[in-house]
Amino acid sequence: MTFRLLPGAVLTAIVVLAALISYVWTPGDVASVDIAAKLQSPSAAHWLGTDQLGRDILSMIMVGARTSIAVALVAVGIGMGVGVPLGLAAAALRDTWLDDVIMRGNDLVFAFPSLVIAILITAIAGPGALNAIIAIGIFNIPVFARLTRGAALSLWSRDFILAARMAGKGAPRISAEHILPNIANLLIVQGTIQFSLGILAEAGLSYVGLGAQPPVPSWGRMLAEAQTLVSIAPHVALMPGLAIVLTVLGLNLLGDGLRDVLDPRLRAVRT
Amino acid sequence: MTPRILAPLAALAFAAAPALAQENDLTLAIQLEPPHLDPTSAAAGAIDSVLYANVFEGLTRFAADGSVEPALATEWEISEDGLTYTFTLRSGVTFHDGTDFTAEDVKFTLDRARAEDSTNAQKVLFEAIEEVNAVDPQTVEVRLSRPEGAFLSNLAWGDAVIVAEESIADIKQTPIGTGPFRFEQWVQGDRIELARFEEYWGEAPALEAATFRFIADPTAAFAAVMAGDVDAFAGFPAPENLPQFESDPRFTVITGSTEGETILAMNNAREPFDDPVVREAVAHAIDRQAIIDGAMYGIGTPIGTHFAPHNPDYVDLTELSAHDPEKARKLLQEAGLEEGLTVSLKLPPPSYARRGGEIVAAQLREVGITAEIQTLEWAQWLEEVFGNHDFDLTIVSHTEPMDINIYARDDYYFGYDSPAFDEIMTELDATAEPVARSELLKAAQEKIAEDYVNGYLFQLALPTVADARLEGLWENQPTQANPLAGVHWTE
Repeated sequence: MTFRLLPGAVLTAIVVLAALISYVWTPGDVASVDIAAKLQSPSAAHWLGTDQLGRDILSMIMVGARTSIAVALVAVGIGMGVGVPLGLAAAALRDTWLDDVIMRGNDLVFAFPSLVIAILITAIAGPGALNAIIAIGIFNIPVFARLTRGAALSLWSRDFILAARMAGKGAPRISAEHILPNIANLLIVQGTIQFSLGILAEAGLSYVGLGAQPPVPSWGRMLAEAQTLVSIAPHVALMPGLAIVLTVLGLNLLGDGLRDVLDPRLRAVRT
Repeated sequence: MTPRILAPLAALAFAAAPALAQENDLTLAIQLEPPHLDPTSAAAGAIDSVLYANVFEGLTRFAADGSVEPALATEWEISEDGLTYTFTLRSGVTFHDGTDFTAEDVKFTLDRARAEDSTNAQKVLFEAIEEVNAVDPQTVEVRLSRPEGAFLSNLAWGDAVIVAEESIADIKQTPIGTGPFRFEQWVQGDRIELARFEEYWGEAPALEAATFRFIADPTAAFAAVMAGDVDAFAGFPAPENLPQFESDPRFTVITGSTEGETILAMNNAREPFDDPVVREAVAHAIDRQAIIDGAMYGIGTPIGTHFAPHNPDYVDLTELSAHDPEKARKLLQEAGLEEGLTVSLKLPPPSYARRGGEIVAAQLREVGITAEIQTLEWAQWLEEVFGNHDFDLTIVSHTEPMDINIYARDDYYFGYDSPAFDEIMTELDATAEPVARSELLKAAQEKIAEDYVNGYLFQLALPTVADARLEGLWENQPTQANPLAGVHWTE
């Protein structure tokens, strides 16, 4: 149980901490280039070495974490903020055509390959962190909507909900006061997983040049720019790659761990 | 006995056959794919990269050393006043569709290029032409309205190649010219195939077939060359990988000069760069060597004006815009911008622009100018920056030869407007005498450098990575082209 939660929480905490620290301090200045110091191997002066423009890679990764976390966090926020109310509404309106409209609309979004649509959105609105957030956020909506509806539906037939209805509470009130608190754990677990997917999606988008624009550091772009340097200075590609892997691993472990902790009752609800 | 001797011989012959067949074709990779195949109606250099001197030819052409030599015109006479050019055309030349090349084709080409509704990207090349007459099938007379010193070199440009009226309708998909190779097919997004034109007027090329492949991604380029998928890569996009090819006996690396003046173009027509003091500040904020080292891994020659350093008339004006951040800050103060300013920096795809842009942005930040980077695809760049002049700063390489006259053009994208410079150009056009021309060219270089029209960064070098057994590729790029007529395999 906790053997997943603990490493997951530690890894996630390190990344979040690194991002927070970068607001006040980084080992080097990510904005200034120093060509004379380019492609240096890890050393005491530059713990993770320097990149192709002589910037300190550790600093780049710290600031890049900020970009990743910000994009993923807001994207999950959009997904939850829109998806959960939609799911609750669909469950409350389960016997009407509105349920169908909401869920088929979600299926429509869900059916598109998310990265392709993200590319489409950034192609129309231009590349940038904001558009990446919107693109990733939109794809989080059906995930949360489906999850919420599924979990809520099984609750609607429970006795305590029936009691609430007998007491004269309307569907919106029941959804907010009785359904939502009972599925909150589920949403937290799913949120953690979506968060890690959001980080991956941001890295993917900036890898193809559609995420945060230079000079804002971004893990995906660092990786893309280091591609041709793999045979000369492997650490330039290795470091951002490791950052992505460890962050996603940490978040997944955290999500799994949280589910284990919050579970046994909820596992039944999920299916 | 005979069969015994013959058998191994036959086996040898069979073994040799595929090897020989392989040596007769060539796969050459370049980075950019042409948008279409009509060199006379687009600015895209990629069209010339594939077609110039391979499929299409002009009356004159650029030789590998940049000199202008006869092509479809064998000789010409210039009248005393420099206003009438009489060209004698090569006889026995046919287009790839079998039609004859005659004076009518020349008249059609030149009239089409200079027409009101012409879409020629270099219309100015033909501006001086007043009238084109087909005197007889082998003679063309071109009358100019004013003397044009560079007229013969104008006709050597890829934008001035001879096209035929019969095939013009489909030229964008099926180009038909007079060159040593005919167009076979274009698999969009991947390759263009050319085949030897057996009725070519000149010496037959050694290659039977040539394939141009388009590989935009530097990592894919590296893999394709290493794996031998392509025989050569002209304009290899990742200079950082060149040392690896150099140390590998399978490859040769040729670092040639190009006519590509890489500049940080400033929009002279709008604030804040309409103020020469601000432009001067930018020029001093830039450290050229850092850009060459950082973006090009050291290949490239610093320039201080819009002129190729290998040209004998080049003046080294780099000192005029030497790296001096202190001075740049002072100049900004003088211009009333001590608060700093924010400008856009729009970058097309090539690595010199993308990487160079990050370095330029960092250097500008040092002096208090915030450059907001926007990365654009070529089509967007051509529309927004080149077409609509919607930019503050951009980085681009001007690969046309002897193109300092673009500074005299009205409504050109960087918006420079100087009657004094225009005068120098007018005088240059009217001058044929070499020493006087040289003086004028130097004066022109100095004028734009002193006006700090653009930030002059470096002369683009063109690294070509080729199979070591390949010979005859152009080393330098006097114009953007990959002529394959002289390319052959050695053992």
